[in-house]
This record gives sequence, C-alpha cells and structure tokens, in this order.
Amino acid sequence: MITGTPKPIEEILEMLEPYDNIVVAGCHGCVTVCRVGGQKEVEVLSSTLRLARETAGKDINIKEVSLERQCDPEYVETMRPYVEDYQAVLSIACGAGIQFLAEKFAKTPLLPGINTGFLGVTERQGEWSERCQGCGDCVLHLTGGICPITRCAKQLLHGPCGGSTAGVCEIDKDVQCGWQLIIDRLKSLDQMDNYAKLKPYKGWNASRDGGPRRIIREDMV
Amino acid sequence: MKSGSNLEKVLEAGHFSVTAECGPPRGADADHVRKKAGFVKDNVDACNVTDNQTSVVRMSSLAGCLLVKEVGVEPLIQMVVRDRNRIALQSDLLGASAMGVRNLLCLSGDHQKFGDDPQAKNVFDIDSMQLIHMAKTMRDDGVFPSGEELKGVPRFYIGCAVNPFADPYEIRVARLKLKMEAGADFVQTQCIYNMDTFKRYMEDAKKQGLHEKIKILAGVTPLKSAGMAKFMNKFVAGIDIPDDIIKRIADEPKEKQAAKGIEICIEQIGELKEMEGIAGVHVMAIEWEEKLNEIIGGAGLLPRPMVD
Amino acid sequence: MLEAFENGADGVMVIGCLEGDCHYVSGNIRARARVKRVYSILEKIGIGAERIRMYNLSAGEGAKFAAFANEFVDTIIELGPSPVNTMRARKTAKAPQEETT
Repeated sequence: MITGTPKPIEEILEMLEPYDNIVVAGCHGCVTVCRVGGQKEVEVLSSTLRLARETAGKDINIKEVSLERQCDPEYVETMRPYVEDYQAVLSIACGAGIQFLAEKFAKTPLLPGINTGFLGVTERQGEWSERCQGCGDCVLHLTGGICPITRCAKQLLHGPCGGSTAGVCEIDKDVQCGWQLIIDRLKSLDQMDNYAKLKPYKGWNASRDGGPRRIIREDMV
Repeated sequence: MKSGSNLEKVLEAGHFSVTAECGPPRGADADHVRKKAGFVKDNVDACNVTDNQTSVVRMSSLAGCLLVKEVGVEPLIQMVVRDRNRIALQSDLLGASAMGVRNLLCLSGDHQKFGDDPQAKNVFDIDSMQLIHMAKTMRDDGVFPSGEELKGVPRFYIGCAVNPFADPYEIRVARLKLKMEAGADFVQTQCIYNMDTFKRYMEDAKKQGLHEKIKILAGVTPLKSAGMAKFMNKFVAGIDIPDDIIKRIADEPKEKQAAKGIEICIEQIGELKEMEGIAGVHVMAIEWEEKLNEIIGGAGLLPRPMVD
Repeated sequence: MLEAFENGADGVMVIGCLEGDCHYVSGNIRARARVKRVYSILEKIGIGAERIRMYNLSAGEGAKFAAFANEFVDTIIELGPSPVNTMRARKTAKAPQEETT
C-alpha cells in the first residue's frame, strides 16, 4: 500500500489559519490500512483541530468525511454536492488523492494533512516498511524477489558495497543490507549464477526520471 | 599499453608498485594540495586523489589531480557514482583524460548521510561495476556507451576497490572477478590489518587465477594511536583490526604510539611484499602524508623505479 | 477521549484492568498506548497532558477507585477549567452585551 505519516499538528494549524469552515477528508484505501488517513483518523484529527482552535479563541467548523478512494473520479464526485459550501478541504489521503481532489474541485484550496511516504507492506501492526520504488522495469525475478533499487540504499545492481556488515547497511543498524538479503535468497533458491553477471545500465527513463508517467490500456479506453 | 600511465608501466614491468592517497581540502586552497603532493613526490608510482570521501564536500578530485600533477606526481582520479549521473561521469572522464590524468579508480561512494549534506539527492545512476565497464568501453571501443563515436578516446588505467573484510565474505572474490570482467586493470584493497582473513581472500582469488588477470594492490593505513585503532575498528564499516595489533600499540606510552603504528605498517608491507599475487601496496596515510617517505623507505621500496 | 474534552470535560480518567489481568488480554496495554498519544496531542494544542490520566485497577478495588477519583478531581480543580471551557465561558459572558449593540 501507499503509506504516509501525519503532518505535525502545528503545520496543519498554520495551513488552516485563513479558514474556519472546512472539510476533513479521509480515504478507505491504503491510508486506512496504514492507519494514517481513514475514518478514525479523520475523527481524531477533527477533534484535535476543534479543541486547538477553540482554545486559541478561533473556532473552526469541520465536516468529517471519508471517501471510498480519492483516486477514482466516481468516488470523488460524491463530494461535489457540498464541497463549495466550505472554504477548504484538508485531505489525509495520499498525494495522488489530494491532487485528484484539487483537480476536480478547482475552486477549493486543497491542503495535505499527511506526508505521503512509500509503497510498502505491513510487517506487523504499527510497522510498515518500503518495498517498491516504482522504477518501471522490474527485475525481481533476477534477484530472488528482493528489490535492489528499493532495499539497497545505493540502488546498486551489483551489490553489496564495502559497507555491508553482518547483514546491516552502513547507513543505519536497523536497515538490513538489501544485497545480503538478495544473496541469501538466491542461495536458498539455488540461483547464485544470477549473482555474478554483468547487468545492463538501468533505464531510469521508465521511472519518474523520464517525466510524469501515464498508462493507457487501449482495450479499455 | 592501455593508458601509458606510470603506474601501468611500473606494474607491467613487474615491479612491486606503490601508490598513496591525498585528500583534497575542505575549501579552495590549492596550496594545501601542493603541499601534500610534496610529501608524496618520489615516494609513489601514482597518487590517488579522493572524491568527496565520506560524502563530505572537498575540492574535486579532478582539480586535486591537476594540482598533484603540477608538483610532478602522477595522479589517480577517484570517481564515485553517488553524486553524478552517467552523463556527468562520461564528461568528467573525457575532461580528466584531456588534462593528462591516466589512472582511474571507480567507486560506489559512501552514502550521503555520513556527510554534511544528508539531504542531498542520491544519484547512483550507474553503479561502480558499470562505471568500470563504461570507462573500458570508451577506451577500448572508442565509443560512448550510447554507441556514438568518440572524438578523442579517454585512456585510463582502470582500477576498482575491494573490501575483503566486508560481509558477506563468500561473494567478495566473485565481485573481484566481476570487476575484472567488467574491465578493471588493477584493484586497491581496503586497508588490511587482519592478515589471516586477507590471506584467505588471496587464496580464494588465486584459485580463480585472478591475481594473474588483475593487478592487486594491498591497502595499508598506519595507525597513529591506540585510540584511532579502537575507533576505526568500532565505527568504520569494513575495518577489522585484530586485538593483538591494538594491544601492541596500546602497550606503548602515548608519545610512542605513533612510532609503533608506523613500525607495524612497515612490517605489514614487508609481509605483503612476500605474498604471491600481490602486485603492490596502496598506503593510505590519511592526514599523515608527511610520514609516507619514512614508511615506504622503511619498507625498502625506495627509490621508485623509472620505467619508460 | 478527545470527544470528552470537546463535550466540556475539564479532565478525563481512563480506567483499565491491572496489567496482566485484562479480560481482553492486552486491551489495557493498547489503551495505555492510546492515552499516551492523547497526552502529546493535548500538550501540543495547549490543553495540557495533566488533564487525562490512566489508572489500572481491578473491579473489586472500590476503595482504590474512590481514592484515585478524589486525587484526580483535586488535580483538575487545581488546574482549573480546561482552556476550552474558559473560552466558552468568555463567549457566553460577552454574548448578552453583543445582543444589545
């Protein structure tokens, strides 16, 4: 899922200075799973904002909503009947959702309530970690199912570097060396011949370096 | 001759070669480099100029190389792939070659979190293996990686680095082999203290005949004090200093520890000279360049040979 | 917990079973983690972390409950009304004057 972390409340309050009538919009997709932007978080954030603003002598009126997803037009449209009654929308969905709302509701300021993070997985309740960089050219079949672009801090295709110690990356003792993981897995799959091969230079143009990307399914449009 | 560099000539002639390292200053002071180069002069066959080591911004390696060359020392440019994409790397290779630099060391580079600019963008467009391949393609095929013809071919004696002490050990020789296949002519190892581990590494390398296909220069770093030894052992990734070495230095009174460190370094060089498959030594006397003459001379490696 | 403050509470007591004795195994542990989160929210927005507290008790410890409750009430009395209530009181005090203007 796409993960994110809440923006500090001080930052959000600063964004909300000019407004006293807003929508706080959550999403039932990824951000619900990683507990940063779902219905519950909408409620907690809205309570917090009301208490903070009332204490500061500047009340705020909040409409609390949570959409099925903020990245599909049909669900976004459900906001249209009321969105213009409010001065701004504070969205705690991912950056894609926030931007989509902004596109669809061109007259309404859209404020981000979270810092969108990474594509990741749930290691356990309360812990999520990064797995995919969306590079557009997946090589997981060659690296035992472990991504060198994401899990190696230096995105090496011929790792590990000389800073790998006891399976730990030089940048942080809590970060596993991605290439140690790859080697372990290749060994257990008996695919070590994949290791000692010269790989072609990465085509970063398939990732965001080539510019904002788009997918069109001819059979669907 | 692939590059015609002095280092290449010395190694091809069969001499035990010596290289050392200069770290450029944290500023634009050219004299700082000239002074260090002065200590290196006549003690080495080539001198590495580091490239923003540990991600700490310093004068560029290319500029350092030109200053070193001015003083009459053969430069060896280090290039990390951390800060520059393939366009910049190709361009710098052309520039360095045009300015008479003939030795190259291709490295990954320490992660930027170690420097003063941890917020910098992390480039790693190609890795060090691919940089080796790129330099070789340009030199031997006369073309850019894109296939377009070069007007003036950059001629480098291409080097790489290996760390026999990093984990996992089992792939370290495989990586050396891969670097050789990618086009590396020589390799400089991370500094050696644990001779047992290094001997094992060399045995494994020799089994694959690698010592005959690539020139292996063993890295050494003289220890200034027991404190430095303990610090490096604990905090620097990929450094392994056996307790008995630390003890030998620690047993000396503070003012004699530096001399003991130099003594141990000279011993190490002596031992490495006798090992089959070692083509030379790379002395990394970081911020201690003034001791190079003592160390290299003490190891019986002076004067350096003049090869045409 | 936050809603309680919105509804006019000056202080909130959260009571859970003794740790290790939770009928729901670890519900009281989770509750404590959530109360901690509310501490930091209340601090940041100027209401004050002292206005919420978690106590662990068993259902049979009536006297302890009374003691905790009295202690907490005393704490809150000393702290005074929550800033939210103070603000609301000010508004109500102002309102009659505004109506005459």
